[in-house]
Amino acid sequence: MDKIEQTLLEAVAELHEVPEGAYNIRSNGQLAGRNTTANIDIETKTDKPGIDIRIKPGTKNESVHIPVVLSQSGIKEMVYNDFFIGADCDVTIVAGCGIHNAGDEESRHDGIHTFYVGENARVRYVERHYGQGDGNGQRVMNPNTVIYLEAGASMELETTQIKGVDSTNRITTATVGNGATLLIREKLMTHGDQIADTDFTVYLNGEDSSANVISRSVARERSKQTFVSHIHGNARCAGHTECDAILMDDASVCAVPEITANHLDASLIHEAAIGKIAGEQLIKLMTLGLTEQEAEEQIVNGFLK
Amino acid sequence: MLELKNISYTVDADGVEKEILHNINLTVDERFVAFTGPNGGGKSTLAKVIAGILTPTSGNILLDGEDITAMSITERAKHGISFAFQQPVRFKGITVHDLLSLAAGEPMSVTRACSYLSEVGLCAKDYINREVNASLSGGELKRIEIATVMIRGTQLSIFDEPEAGIDLWSFQNLIQVFEKMHAKEGGSILIISHQERILNIADKIVVIAGGEISRIGTHAEVMPHLLNANVACQALTEKLK
Repeated sequence: MDKIEQTLLEAVAELHEVPEGAYNIRSNGQLAGRNTTANIDIETKTDKPGIDIRIKPGTKNESVHIPVVLSQSGIKEMVYNDFFIGADCDVTIVAGCGIHNAGDEESRHDGIHTFYVGENARVRYVERHYGQGDGNGQRVMNPNTVIYLEAGASMELETTQIKGVDSTNRITTATVGNGATLLIREKLMTHGDQIADTDFTVYLNGEDSSANVISRSVARERSKQTFVSHIHGNARCAGHTECDAILMDDASVCAVPEITANHLDASLIHEAAIGKIAGEQLIKLMTLGLTEQEAEEQIVNGFLK
Repeated sequence: MLELKNISYTVDADGVEKEILHNINLTVDERFVAFTGPNGGGKSTLAKVIAGILTPTSGNILLDGEDITAMSITERAKHGISFAFQQPVRFKGITVHDLLSLAAGEPMSVTRACSYLSEVGLCAKDYINREVNASLSGGELKRIEIATVMIRGTQLSIFDEPEAGIDLWSFQNLIQVFEKMHAKEGGSILIISHQERILNIADKIVVIAGGEISRIGTHAEVMPHLLNANVACQALTEKLK
């Protein structure tokens, strides 16, 4: 692996070397490393690009890293990764995609990740997206996440895109079973002429299921963001969706929170707020000796922390 | 030493010029100076003019003989002026620890943050990792705000109505904070307040009304006039008798 690929790996998976536990590293469309453990198996799909990750029931405190890096300009790929997480597991899955594009052709990674989370299993899924490179070629990522939570399962999805992705269209769909819980935290920062579309759809089908979808974003320069979230309450359930965006320069943000209750005991809430950095926040930090730019940086960093 | 020379501040209110401050001349050299006077009299405006948040229409501000009138908020902060807001600002994502570190100008150890927080009556371990957001009460925010100014330890610390929005229980503790600060050496404290207990510890009281200094002097000189000044409420006072 060369320097560029290592930098990308660090950015998306916080990996400095080969991770512990199970992993699968995909580099420029090829397998660049894999490790399985007694409880976690990874197999290459035979019918289409991608992998199957199978985690044995009852696996606790183990992790799977599946980073993807693209450093050759012009690569376009579509990958299907399926996760089968057994009952009573407690695992962390770290995915992420880093694109370095120094050429003029578009580099694109599209991935469909499907999670089948067994009864009473707990999953923390962390996903980071990062782009770099000074070529004119676009860096494009379209992650598609499909989640099925069985009774009593819980999943926490953290998705972060801070820098360098020119165009992204994230689609997440989740079906939440009896007593299952879904927590989604999105952090997004766009700049330049970037476009980022996010679409979360959650079906709260199980009794006492719950979902919390939280998005925090900063849109700078001429970038455009669209945040859509639909929560469908089809049983006695609790759902909350919140979008909070800081607007800067000439950027634009569109937030569409939507909640639909199809059951008398569905309790759903949505909140959305978009606005520039409050002048009084800047003034407060300036009275502590920060310049206006430093103050702005602190506010944005804190907001996305 | 802070000197204000012929400070005036005018705003444009629907096309009509309104003078908020008129020709203020004042020297702050004492350890503890209190601004008091009726609401809308110009106290907060004057404090903001000193901190650089508002630019005076005319006049000069000198800090230790140096003219700071043209300096930005940041430059004045670096020259030794701190300002505690009447309504502290909330920040999503910035923790109490972050804010205290920003005030200190360097990453602050938990032990040091703890000692400042305990001085304003907060237990550090309960607060240090909390965000400075709407989950904190008005009184808690106010104490944290005061802590940010204490940490800076600048030669001029301005507090805009520290008692506003604080319940009576918290207020008792807050008074002690200022009494302690008063006992310490170094720098001037300029505090806007209506509270008698705060005015009691002031070395100098400046009464600001109608955009002008209507009276200035020691506690003994000013207080008798203040207590008899409620002319407008005479009818009410009589009824209460």
